[in-house]
Amino acid sequence: MNTARIVIQDLRFAYHESEEVIKGINLSFNRSATALIGENGSGKTTFVKLLKGLLRPISGSIYINGYNTATTTVAKLAKYIGLVFQNPNDQLFKQTLIDEVMFGPLNIGQPILQAKASAEKALEMVGLSNSKLIHPYDLGLSDRKLVCIAAVLAMDTDIIILDEPTIAQDYLGKEKIKQIIKELRDQGKLVIAITHDMDFGAETFERIIVFHDGHVLLDDDTKTVFKEHDLLKEFHLELPHITQLGRKFNFPEPLLTVDAFVDHIKNRNHQKPSYPL
Amino acid sequence: MAKLVVENLKYRYPLAKNLALNNLSFEVKNGEFIGMIGPNHAGKSTLCQALVGLVPQFFRGAYGGRVMVDDMEASKVPLSKLASKIGIVFQNPFSQISGVKLTVYEEVAFSLENNGFSRSEMIDRIDWALKLLNIEHYQDRNPLSLSGGQMQRLAIASIIALKPEIIVLDEPTSQLDPQGSEEVFKAVGNLCTQGLTVIIAEHKMERICKYAQKILFLHQGHLVTFDTPYQVFSHFNLEGYGINAPVFTNACKKLEVKLNNGFYPIKLDEAYRKIGAYYEHR
Repeated sequence: MNTARIVIQDLRFAYHESEEVIKGINLSFNRSATALIGENGSGKTTFVKLLKGLLRPISGSIYINGYNTATTTVAKLAKYIGLVFQNPNDQLFKQTLIDEVMFGPLNIGQPILQAKASAEKALEMVGLSNSKLIHPYDLGLSDRKLVCIAAVLAMDTDIIILDEPTIAQDYLGKEKIKQIIKELRDQGKLVIAITHDMDFGAETFERIIVFHDGHVLLDDDTKTVFKEHDLLKEFHLELPHITQLGRKFNFPEPLLTVDAFVDHIKNRNHQKPSYPL
Repeated sequence: MAKLVVENLKYRYPLAKNLALNNLSFEVKNGEFIGMIGPNHAGKSTLCQALVGLVPQFFRGAYGGRVMVDDMEASKVPLSKLASKIGIVFQNPFSQISGVKLTVYEEVAFSLENNGFSRSEMIDRIDWALKLLNIEHYQDRNPLSLSGGQMQRLAIASIIALKPEIIVLDEPTSQLDPQGSEEVFKAVGNLCTQGLTVIIAEHKMERICKYAQKILFLHQGHLVTFDTPYQVFSHFNLEGYGINAPVFTNACKKLEVKLNNGFYPIKLDEAYRKIGAYYEHR
């Protein structure tokens, strides 16, 4: 028996009868930070909506902490799994930030004082604790996205899914989200994020799953996935920018950060002082 | 072709304390490709809205200075008239889709219908725009059933179809896969070489540096500088402003590798060439 937090067996889904969008996926997830990447329309968002129980499989099964999503209410699953929507406007509906972020905790049964404390802590994590009484729609898109993240963090679920968390984020915003994901992983939670930002993906996640046309094309650790330059290119993806630079120098291993690249250049130069131009 | 002049532009949102745009002056020449950068709250989206007249005609508030699109003052000329010269693609494609059209094809037609184009002209332009954005294969889909990235392409197509002389794009590819994002930049870049003026707000510096001739750098409503990408990324303490240079530039800064003209490389090939040469000669 597979005791992982999420177990997916031969998952299939279609919005319309004739057109399968998820075409037989088998995966399991435990504690880790995992990125889902893949071209537009490959089924990433549909897949995470299935995990959250918002959509039901047409065949196959998903178990979240042992509960079958096909037979468990979304309300019950919500205690275990939180999803930050791609478009904040789909998620936000309260009059103030604090109400918005308290909504989730209250709904999964946290007492009001605890819910308030959870919400305040979550708003602090995303850097919005000074805006508690502001209306979410008075904020720009980047802050609205952070409110959505806070709203899920406040629920303190074992599993956190982020659909394109870095949309509209600047450098500091991305660093903040990277830090939050690392903290969650260190707390033993399972984090799954959809991203098109390969630089962010390389720096933040240990496992990468590549989607293509409703299938899983690759599922491996970050370095191994970013070795597959030709395959990624064929499916509309690219290497992280610094990895592209390393690849030009024919480095055998993909380098995922600027520091790793700089160290490698310096060390390699020390051993072998000439480079092909 | 159209020229864009911004003079002492100031704007404050209703009920806000601080100016969102604080005394901006700059001039964009016909056919230039401008990258607009800056951290969140720098005023990028607000400036985009002001260039096309939505600030202050739709978003009210305190407004001063002026934006001139050729001889039209953006705060005064009706938006419908401005739209023939200057188009905008919003940050969130959901804000752009009309919500009243049932197919992608009709959605692209919507802006053209509103501008009174003939049927045959509309058909030509729709086919051209759908093809340019590579979405012709789902022209019969409902716009609201598209994925985020597909919707972003549709939003761009619906503005491109109007063939404006200036196009303002507010982070137009944030939800596109990497190659899709590159395709959109390339398509817009090609139109730019044919005379379209492009102003594009973007956080991905590597992408911006590949295409932009000039960088408009905003911070807290102020214009920090309006200069070439080499100047901006070599000479500013960007982290102090909460933004990052292209990774190629950062790597070269750490390795102290410069181009012959004294600037740091900003593009992949430049970085490769220079790092290679530098370590060859050491």
